[in-house]
Amino acid sequence: MSDKKERITIIIAGLVVGLLGALLVLAGNPANMGFCIACFIRDTAGALKLHSAGVVQYIRPEIIGLVLGAMIMSMVRKEFQPKGGSSPFTRFVLGFAVMVGALMFLGCPLRMVLRLAGGDLNALVALAGFVCGILGGVFFLNKGYSLGRSYKMKTLEGVAFPAVQVGLLILLVGFPTLLAFSAEGPGSLHAAVGIALGAGILAGVLAQISRLCMVGGIRDLILFKDTKLITGFVMIFAACLVGNLVLGKFNLGFAGQPVAHTAHIWNFLGMVLVGLGSVLLGGCPLRQLILAGEGNADSAVTVVGYAVGAACCHNFGLASSGNGPTANGQIAVVIGLVVCVVIGFMNSKKNA
Amino acid sequence: MNTLDARGLSCPEPVVMIRKAMQSKENAYRIVVDNTTATENISRFVKNQGYNVVVTQENGDYVLDITK
Repeated sequence: MSDKKERITIIIAGLVVGLLGALLVLAGNPANMGFCIACFIRDTAGALKLHSAGVVQYIRPEIIGLVLGAMIMSMVRKEFQPKGGSSPFTRFVLGFAVMVGALMFLGCPLRMVLRLAGGDLNALVALAGFVCGILGGVFFLNKGYSLGRSYKMKTLEGVAFPAVQVGLLILLVGFPTLLAFSAEGPGSLHAAVGIALGAGILAGVLAQISRLCMVGGIRDLILFKDTKLITGFVMIFAACLVGNLVLGKFNLGFAGQPVAHTAHIWNFLGMVLVGLGSVLLGGCPLRQLILAGEGNADSAVTVVGYAVGAACCHNFGLASSGNGPTANGQIAVVIGLVVCVVIGFMNSKKNA
Repeated sequence: MNTLDARGLSCPEPVVMIRKAMQSKENAYRIVVDNTTATENISRFVKNQGYNVVVTQENGDYVLDITK
């Protein structure tokens, strides 16, 4: 793809994802939560009864759509590549840690931008933490950090994760009584299955083509002065901001924001953990879903790490709520940061 | 000319690898990657450094010949 074409696709992808972020709220999703990869994986984990937090249980079709959209597009573009074997369990642990950070703040990097576009200034504090975490990750990359090479795998290894998503869709549509669904709270708020799935597929297709990545934007700007991915980041913000202003859903301030709290230090540290962990993983939660759709089994393991992390966050009271963080969550974030730093050092080459 | 092997490495390691190699300021480099994302990322980076790049496909891998 030419540079100009790359630039245009990332602009379109950013604008569409930002706009979908605003429109999905109109269609029924929780406020400032048109998309949230962390929250939606957590909700899906809840629907599967991996945790029993009654207010956050629902199989989110957006996640299914993102993976399937990326798979279809990568097959069309002959970029579907079953591969894996690059420190899978370390990636699982990093995925777990990233989820602990995201559920401290109450959002993945994508929701952070959508919250900002809704006027939630707590997301600005989180953005500062996110940048600091990315700086930490860049420090390790400059020290030669690597989780090692991945290798070609058999086709089944690449299609297994998308197939599981199809299974989840069948469960959601055909056998909902097997699942746990929230009767109240954010889990009870959702767009119709078809709309959510369609939005996910569209976002998945565009994210696959454009390589949209929330952590990559800031990382590449710092590392290489490369502005491609940050363009997508800015476009998501701009489109969602305009969408929210038009729909009258923009509400500037710190207090009383939807599915958010005002514990600044913990919003900051939560996203330090997300930024650092995501650089060590090579991409944000959205990007991991897209890569998993492209046949990357390491990213699929990472997503399972997110899901198990989310379940543990709710089973052990680590996740924040609108009332603020919990003591257990604060301890978990600190442990997560230590784990990431240890993983960073252990995988950096000397004299690199 | 050194040939760098960045196959199987996660984003952005291939670009970090070529950036480190290019500190030697030679006129030509060759790097092999196994996916189009890395191909695009490296191409963008080396063009920003004032180099030209030619990509050829070989056995499912991508060979990037980078010249001044």
